[in-house]
Amino acid sequence: MRTDPILEIRGLRKSFGALIATDDVSLTLMPGEIHALIGPNGAGKSTLIKQIVGELSADGGEVRFEGQRIDSLDAAARARLGLARSFQVSSVIPDFTVLQNVCLAVQGGSGRSYGFLRPVLSDPALTEPARFHIQQAGLDGREDFAAAALSHGERRKLEVAMALALRPRAFLLDEPMAGMGTEGAGQLVALLSDLRSEAPILLVEHDMDAVFRLADRISVLVYGRIIATGTVDEIRGNPEVRRSYLGEEA
Amino acid sequence: MSRLALVNIAVLGLLIGGALVAHLTGHAFLVTLATKAAIFALAGVGLNFALGYGGLVSFGHAAFFGIGGYVTGILASHAMSGTPLTTLPYTMNGTNEMLAIWPMVLLVSGLAALAIGALSLRTSGVYFIMVTLAFAQMIYWFAIGWPAYGGEDGLSFYVRNTFPGVPTMRPLNYFLICTALLLLALGFTAVVMRARFGLALQAARRNTQRTVAVGIRPFGIRLTAFVISAMITGLAGSLYADLNRFVSPAMLNWHMSGEIMVFIILGGVGRLMGPVAGAVVFVTMEHLLGGITEYWQVLLGLVLLAIVLWAPGGIVGMLSGRGRDNAH
Amino acid sequence: MLIFEQLLNGLQYGMTLFLMAAGLTLVFGVMGLINLAHGSLYMIGAFACAVVAAATGSFWLGVAASLAAAAAAGALMELLVIRRLYRRDHLDQVLATFALILIFSEGTRWLFGSFPLYLTLPPSLSGTVTLPGGLVYPVFRFAVIVLGLAIAGGLFWLMRGTRLGIRIRAGEADREMIGALGVDISKLYTVVFALGAALAGLAGALVGAVQSVQVGMGEPVLILAFVVVVIGGIGSIGGALVSAILVGMTDSLGKALLPGMLAQVMPQAAANTLGASLASMSVYILMAVVLVWRPTGLFGARA
Repeated sequence: MRTDPILEIRGLRKSFGALIATDDVSLTLMPGEIHALIGPNGAGKSTLIKQIVGELSADGGEVRFEGQRIDSLDAAARARLGLARSFQVSSVIPDFTVLQNVCLAVQGGSGRSYGFLRPVLSDPALTEPARFHIQQAGLDGREDFAAAALSHGERRKLEVAMALALRPRAFLLDEPMAGMGTEGAGQLVALLSDLRSEAPILLVEHDMDAVFRLADRISVLVYGRIIATGTVDEIRGNPEVRRSYLGEEA
Repeated sequence: MSRLALVNIAVLGLLIGGALVAHLTGHAFLVTLATKAAIFALAGVGLNFALGYGGLVSFGHAAFFGIGGYVTGILASHAMSGTPLTTLPYTMNGTNEMLAIWPMVLLVSGLAALAIGALSLRTSGVYFIMVTLAFAQMIYWFAIGWPAYGGEDGLSFYVRNTFPGVPTMRPLNYFLICTALLLLALGFTAVVMRARFGLALQAARRNTQRTVAVGIRPFGIRLTAFVISAMITGLAGSLYADLNRFVSPAMLNWHMSGEIMVFIILGGVGRLMGPVAGAVVFVTMEHLLGGITEYWQVLLGLVLLAIVLWAPGGIVGMLSGRGRDNAH
Repeated sequence: MLIFEQLLNGLQYGMTLFLMAAGLTLVFGVMGLINLAHGSLYMIGAFACAVVAAATGSFWLGVAASLAAAAAAGALMELLVIRRLYRRDHLDQVLATFALILIFSEGTRWLFGSFPLYLTLPPSLSGTVTLPGGLVYPVFRFAVIVLGLAIAGGLFWLMRGTRLGIRIRAGEADREMIGALGVDISKLYTVVFALGAALAGLAGALVGAVQSVQVGMGEPVLILAFVVVVIGGIGSIGGALVSAILVGMTDSLGKALLPGMLAQVMPQAAANTLGASLASMSVYILMAVVLVWRPTGLFGARA
């Protein structure tokens, strides 16, 4: 069965002076899949994510989202289209409560931030979806905690709740497993696996265990180039990948 | 009731109660002093809207304070002399009614802030501080060099503008007008900061990248906050002009910008009542210390330095037992 | 010829602004600190020069005193207050240094009163010099231009060619790295701060020699120095030099030419006042134009 990709990147290029960070990168994210992007440190994974979400402008190439070119849109506009991201280092509003953080995301996704009178916390259009997504992310009971008071793993879940609040058409998750203990990692893998039913995930990750358990497809980025894309088994068996990346890890 | 709420009520009670006691005991001068504190507090509430909640460190709010003052002075002086401000494209006359002057003040300071903010918000950090300072300085020099309205000498208009049904020359009446506007501005700030706009503004201050990632553009939010902030400070400038029945470029001077910031810092950044506490303390210090030595600003400097270095939560922070950062 | 003279005046004014802006931009660039009290150091330099020159009769000793007093005041300021502010946000820095201005200004007024002091130039600096092309120009102003250029050259050499400069630039690039290299960073900061202070003090002495020495003299210059730093790009000595000259020229040419141009369309008296205030505004308009074009200044790092 042929379907159109949700996210499609063609020939993306970016260089900083002499350093080529993204070298003619093409990849697709298909409906329902988890597509993992792996590669050694400094391979250009973060730069690629930044170009997809619009924090960095590409030097060349194109990004299509649900068939539409989004290269000229800024990061906020891309987020409103449903391109939800999480950050390598947990990024939430520390002195807001969990509920306020997720309400902010609901509000952002709705595109209506110019309300001056009605209190956010008594606006069901914000709080109802927010509470729902908090529950979805497994944070129920924590609504009124300040984000700064959450544990590392809980903050990860809060980021997931905020991503869900954008009614995402695709997730871009930048190293969600970073800094997680074994038990927390297990929970998070289960949560990410559930997320797949909401929208496909482009997953940047170093934790190979998690990648092999979650990913439908894997792309390997080395020195700004994609050297291989394929299923878990194909990537495991690829000699070039073993040599340039997995071999070092083993 | 929380300790913070008690502190807030105590601050307002001190201002209003102090003025009433001064009135009843016949100290008209002290009522005027309280009026000055209320007006400075209003200017501070305006700046706090952008600085405390939005993290926009404007060092140029004297521009809006002065613009509010000059709009008031110009309208009043034309009303007094009976000459129109302009006859093109149609005749526009001066006025001495506060209810007509205030909307004009809000309009002009809002427009000025729209222009200054749109340019300044292209920058951030230190650049933003210096650029807002520089724009205010530009308006300062313009006021000095513009001979039609007194230039360096300023502009007097002798009679305080009028308010329907209230003799504004009586000190207590004018104090109540100013305090009513201060309470309105405080209420407005409290409501807005709990609403969607306030949530987005405070989020953008704490974590711009995250705010963008949920689809909110900080520029428009910040520009709106800057304009609202300037309008409130402009209104304070109008009241200050009416208090003294005189405006001069000193209202536009960068020391004024610094002082408005000082009200906020003395009281506590990003706290609703911070500017009120700060302005009350500032005016009290000016009056008491100024009576002891003409070099009282040395002492003000030392107090300010001590607060910045050792008590960053300001007075409200100290009294309510919390450090800096917003308490919603 | 008038234009040429005005260009030289602009250059001379630009050089004084550069002396102020160099310290500001270094302190911004290296320590990430916004220092409003830089204008107080300028004032201290001017007062030191006036007092010592009056006591000894030597302008040169006065200039030396301005350098020494401003550097000492700068080092003291850094040790007592400024170093507590490096890790604070810009708001705290603005307020603490605003407090320092209040303390320095009122303290100076207390010591010296509100009346201005005046400096007399030595005979060697008070005549005129005939420049190639026949333009007769005051020696002192000419000397300021030469001195400013020499100091700019010296600063470039310091930054590019000496160990101190390499450390300063390393500190700009990466604060933790130079700590790891074993450079005593707090000593380095004190030295940089005192150096910037000395230049501000020198600027104060030079301006005090042609105008007057009084409390508050540092403030207008401080704000123009900020404009210079913003236009040039924070942390860039070269940017500060280019933009100081640009600002100096804009101001001088504006003051010289605008009244005449306005007089074509309005009465002379009105043209004079309006022209003067438009000339003062022209510098800020220049800044606005540069910022619309490049929000981090001409030579600033792209955000």
